[in-house]
Amino acid sequence: MANVETKPVVHEEDLLIEEYGYDDHFHEHHHGDKYQSNFITTYIFSQDHKMIAKQFLITGMFWAIIGAAMSLIFRLQLGFPEENMAWIKPLLGKWITVNESGVGSLAPEFYYALVTMHGTILVFFVLTAGLSGTFSNLLIPLQLGARDMASPFLNMLSYWFFFLSGTIMFLSLFLNTGPFAGGWTAYPPLSALPQASSGSGAGMTLWLLSLVFFVVSVLLGGINYITTVLNLRTKGMSMWRMPLTIWAFFVTAILGLLSFPVLVSAFLLVMFDRGLGTSFFLSEIFIGGQALDHVGGSPILYQHLFWFLGHPEVYIIILPAMGLVSEVLSVHARKPIFGYKAMVYSILAIGFLSFIVWAHHMFMSGVNPFIANFFVIFTLIIAVPSAVKVFNWIATLYGGNIRFTAASLFGIGFVSMFISGGLTGIFLGNSAIDIQLHDTYFVVAHFHIVMGVAAFFGMFAGIYNWYPKMFGRFMNETLGKIHFWGTIIGAYAVFWPMHYLGMAGVPRRYYRFDSFAAFGQFDLMNQFITIAAIVTFGFQVLFVINFFYSIWKGKKMTTRNPWGATTLEWTTPIRPGHGNWPGKLPTVQRWAYDYGKDGQEFIPQIQPLGKDEKEGH
Amino acid sequence: MNVTVAKTDYRRSKIHPKKFALLVACAGIMMMFAAFTSAYIVRQAAGNWLEFRLPDLFYVSTGVILLSSISLHSSYLAFTRGNTRIYRLLLAATLILGLAFVVLQYKGWQALAAIGVELTTNPSGSFVYVISGVHAAHVLGGIAALILAILHAFLLQHRITPARKLRFEMTLIYWHFVDFLWVYLLLFFTLQ
Repeated sequence: MANVETKPVVHEEDLLIEEYGYDDHFHEHHHGDKYQSNFITTYIFSQDHKMIAKQFLITGMFWAIIGAAMSLIFRLQLGFPEENMAWIKPLLGKWITVNESGVGSLAPEFYYALVTMHGTILVFFVLTAGLSGTFSNLLIPLQLGARDMASPFLNMLSYWFFFLSGTIMFLSLFLNTGPFAGGWTAYPPLSALPQASSGSGAGMTLWLLSLVFFVVSVLLGGINYITTVLNLRTKGMSMWRMPLTIWAFFVTAILGLLSFPVLVSAFLLVMFDRGLGTSFFLSEIFIGGQALDHVGGSPILYQHLFWFLGHPEVYIIILPAMGLVSEVLSVHARKPIFGYKAMVYSILAIGFLSFIVWAHHMFMSGVNPFIANFFVIFTLIIAVPSAVKVFNWIATLYGGNIRFTAASLFGIGFVSMFISGGLTGIFLGNSAIDIQLHDTYFVVAHFHIVMGVAAFFGMFAGIYNWYPKMFGRFMNETLGKIHFWGTIIGAYAVFWPMHYLGMAGVPRRYYRFDSFAAFGQFDLMNQFITIAAIVTFGFQVLFVINFFYSIWKGKKMTTRNPWGATTLEWTTPIRPGHGNWPGKLPTVQRWAYDYGKDGQEFIPQIQPLGKDEKEGH
Repeated sequence: MNVTVAKTDYRRSKIHPKKFALLVACAGIMMMFAAFTSAYIVRQAAGNWLEFRLPDLFYVSTGVILLSSISLHSSYLAFTRGNTRIYRLLLAATLILGLAFVVLQYKGWQALAAIGVELTTNPSGSFVYVISGVHAAHVLGGIAALILAILHAFLLQHRITPARKLRFEMTLIYWHFVDFLWVYLLLFFTLQ
């Protein structure tokens, strides 16, 4: 080693924490960090929330790639039904049937399996576990000033139940009879009768098993998040000083806790119908001319139970994205979030309303029109807190000194997507308009934009923004911006035309449309959508490359607080160890959004209020 | 198990985070049964619903599980007062009562089958089997916790440390919860 004198760098944050911090004697108990002493306890069975967050993220990315690749295959079928698909036979095997002239086509059963798996994977594995699992784990302890979750052990179990669930679902892809093919909502009778279709047998059994483990994972995680938020906030971190990210994760966890058990109930009843001959959801059914023993069940009952989870589930997906975007927009616009309390109240209002609107998914199932009225009204009322949030995001950006980083671009893109998709929600929430639009591509366009793409944008904003906190390096900004522009243009190109398909009545989930003369005019549009989807997927590959390349080769983080943010996670060392802060725990002296106050660009939450200073803006 | 993280923060929390987490978990379990009973109501309103009288055994088992709650609570009080003999005795009694509850539920199902209400006869019966079965599974979880508590009681010296008090309180909360849950379910079956 050369004889270089190194001055110990003094960090302002450390001095503040040393002076005002709170000594919990953590490091006296955890000398040498016995929880992370070898490879297995550091990287595999880790109990450190930051590592568990990375595990959720990378597993979520794995599933996102598989789920998106599936959508490309069925988009090829929809855009180019006549084309020879023999070239993917090496990948799909017997699901590509080749005729005498050597032209391969996608097996219809497998088309349904692909649609089903795409939905299941994206909704549960990517946008629930990959989004909320990642950022709740990463940010709840860091932004609240906690050493870790309330129970790091349960937190570890939460990830491994998710992993187990994913493994089972993955195995189902390789079944001889194929994975479950009855749609991600798994309505009976396709889900409740093993003989109903090829995927309803072993495929459905594995699907049920996988999702039960998934619910266990969500519940273990959620119990931890709720407990941590309510019990482990550091000194001074009152509820009204929490960043909006935490509010969003907190309400998300409550929604999950109250709605996922209902899904388990429904699944248990399906299992009894499948295996033990009960008739909860199965009515008089003939298969192959044979009457089955099941009498008197109600398939609609399943739909009620499913959508009692299903609707809160879409908010479980979008709320974390909203929280991340609120934080990212405020930090990168260098302005306090506009209407902090209104944001919190609208999160709470959305959370509450999400439980009393489920039947708007069932307007066409024969529910009483008077009951439908009730659900229409509450569905439309959700537009109010949603509009409050959109207004506040735009007001936050207005007059801001916006830094157009990849993170903030995705944040702004989120707002755009949320407006576009939210407006079509007002169409669909009307039970009368739903008669025409139900089960068409209009619905597909609506939910892909408002909870698929928008949630992904929130997730990307979060990843670009907190990547330095996760890996101590930055992702490449230029690639990030290319990724953004490619994705926002591509996503609109994919989903915007679907509105027109839907208004013309083109039904979703159909394998091909050549028996319907009226839909022939849309062949070109379907080809355009398919090509746009392939191109957009290409931009996601760019993101994946950027992500993994940057873990090892990205620009190193040299300062602790690269974005100039006020929140606590940026007061930790660049690569925080287990326990997050090396000495005392920081205490919180002010709210989370002091940007541009009293001539200072930003004031961290650990900085005490000045003599004559009033809290807030 | 990493208990220190939670313990260090204990001092400034009114309720221990683990105890709080248990209450949150109970809320989740409650939602599952809320779903079952709501499904029951909706299905019942649709007609083709076989009416039958719940076998008396289910009322006996209700008495047994109520007794077990009382005995566990008394055991906890004896534990905090340092009365080792009562503490151990009542804890063992609770376990026996808990096991008796599960056996009685099983006998109740047999009695149901005997009056012609089998699992697949009609959804009205199926619901009773499934709901009481899932409840019994949750009681078995409580019995596992009770067995742990008994091992603690008989193998360790009787000392009232915060950690052991917490464990006992958590067992107690869960046991009261499954007891309360059954009373709710029984009232539901009887009155609905």
